Amino acid sequence: MSAGIDLENVSCDFGSFRAVDNANVAIRPGEFFSFLGPSGCGKTTILRMISGFIEPTQGTIKIGDKDMKGQRPNQRPTALIFQNLALFPLMPIWENISFGLEVRGVDKATRRAKAQALLEMVDLPGAADKMVSQLSGGQKQRVAIARALAVEPKVMLLDEPLSALDLKLRQHMRAELRAIQKRTGVTFIYITHDQGEALAMSDRVGVMSQGRIQQVADPREIYNNPVNGFVASFVGENNIFAGSVTNASDGMSGFETAHGALRARLGALAKGSNIKLYVRPEHTILSETAAAENSIPVTVSEVSFEGAFISVLSKTASGQTVVAELRNDGSATVPDIGAARFAHFNASHASILPDAATGV
Amino acid sequence: MGDMIRRYGPGLTLLVCLLTAFWLVMLVIVPNMTLLESSFRPYLPVTEIGGPRDVYTFTNYLKVFNGDIELSPFGFTFHLPVHVLTFSLTLFYSVVVTLICFALAYPLSYFMAKILSPRSLPTMFLLLFVPLWVSEVLRAFAWWMILALKGPLSWLLMQLHLIDHEVRWIVGYNGVMIGLVYTYVLFMIFPVYNAISSLDSNQIEAAEDLGAPWWRIHLRIVLPHAKPGIASGAVMVFMLSAGSLLVPSILGSTTSQWFTQTVQQWMLDALDWNTAAAYAFLLLMMCTLFVSLVMKIFRVKLSDIAN
Repeated sequence: MSAGIDLENVSCDFGSFRAVDNANVAIRPGEFFSFLGPSGCGKTTILRMISGFIEPTQGTIKIGDKDMKGQRPNQRPTALIFQNLALFPLMPIWENISFGLEVRGVDKATRRAKAQALLEMVDLPGAADKMVSQLSGGQKQRVAIARALAVEPKVMLLDEPLSALDLKLRQHMRAELRAIQKRTGVTFIYITHDQGEALAMSDRVGVMSQGRIQQVADPREIYNNPVNGFVASFVGENNIFAGSVTNASDGMSGFETAHGALRARLGALAKGSNIKLYVRPEHTILSETAAAENSIPVTVSEVSFEGAFISVLSKTASGQTVVAELRNDGSATVPDIGAARFAHFNASHASILPDAATGV
Repeated sequence: MGDMIRRYGPGLTLLVCLLTAFWLVMLVIVPNMTLLESSFRPYLPVTEIGGPRDVYTFTNYLKVFNGDIELSPFGFTFHLPVHVLTFSLTLFYSVVVTLICFALAYPLSYFMAKILSPRSLPTMFLLLFVPLWVSEVLRAFAWWMILALKGPLSWLLMQLHLIDHEVRWIVGYNGVMIGLVYTYVLFMIFPVYNAISSLDSNQIEAAEDLGAPWWRIHLRIVLPHAKPGIASGAVMVFMLSAGSLLVPSILGSTTSQWFTQTVQQWMLDALDWNTAAAYAFLLLMMCTLFVSLVMKIFRVKLSDIAN
């Protein structure tokens, strides 16, 4: 049913602008794979190349080991769900869903039955004869999914389909999409700029920036072991300290900064200049006494109550802001503004990473 | 009305209302009512106008059934009043002109709306508009010269060895067709272009992604979306063609006769304005009826066209 997708040295130029630069990634059959990145990073271009609307300038795209070169979108085993869904407003829902079958010459009764079955699967059993304009945002979403599933694609491509929904519905549809993917076993490729969406739904995530794939890994790995500063900053928050590597051994390294000598894990790609130390706010602890290592004296400057956690902003002697997150479970005492504290962190929770993209 | 007075003041409001009323009453209602009234009165010498013979009658309208001629197309022989024949041919060829205009306008509109880059669009519009800057009479005469027996078209085709002797192009309704299509095709292009450019391109891509070949995308997605535009273009081209006098007069052949020419002959040759008026109203009514019928068949509403 499902197929894997291989991008081999794929690049795409628009005039002199390189939208995608030498992308290499093997997406496994039946996987829920997300491309995550800011707008303009090339993720939509990758999606349109896989679906066949854009031909790569260089490189090969294979779907299920078959080279897709020269294949038009209507010849590929993919189904694309558009950002604005692109449902056909002049057809009733069941014709929308069975349009792909109509194209394949399936007779009307079979089409109707298939549309009905798919509507039940996406939890909209009574909608067959309604028009698109009569449905709500979430219902249109489901119809778009049903329409794409009707052609039994080997690969589903989703271009930020949840971005137009409100928060509650978006969270609900996340779970729904994930469930549909598990049920059908189709390979899903999901495009998003929302890190929460990518981390929550995906088996693996490819983080992109400026046309390059920065890191491909499962969500935990992306969050806990980012390969560079871009991935670390785009996915989650960080306290960042500039400095230079001193004595590296066993994957750990000393790090000389303006705030004194620190110690952290040494990232594999951290070579040369432009390297910094990254530590997450939830791993940053504020205490009244100095810790044995990685301890920086700070003054609390602002307390921001976020609900599930309390974020405490403090300033170092040189004026750099350090954020610490306290869990709102009664275990931590919130310091007063102006109080002197030591910000410290465990060396194994901090990483020394290069700034920019070096590619994978 | 109260809102208008508050916004523009009583003076300006009165002026706008008076101008609109003048246009409506003096330029539309009065002339048409005069013509309609005279169409029911007989054509009489001046001395008898207002006399005992000046009564309302349908005689003028019934004249259309006079003058039987024998026709034998495809071996079938039947009789038809000559003006009914002219009228039927006018309707038929107006439909043909409308269809040709659609066939030309649809691909061009699609190209302009979905394929041409927005930067080239102003140039394209300019190219389409340039012929409109020349008077309709001159354009018709230009075609009359192009299509003449020893004109440029014959010469060109001779030079290209596509024909071996000069061809008389203006035969039957050929010249009229060419002239009408050339004159009125723009009235089809613009509404169809407007309709197609309002279609979300994602829908075309979605249909292609679901496996549809190009013709099915047009049949199921683009054409249904463009239907109101096509309908409004078709109504305009049809009505303008059926009501055109200039093109059939200049580009007509010895064997072509347009119904408007018959009206003109009653008006200027027979000097019988009463019958001419009756014929003019017949043309108007029958065309309106025909258009309503066709709109009914294609399930187009008047409000769709107005958009």
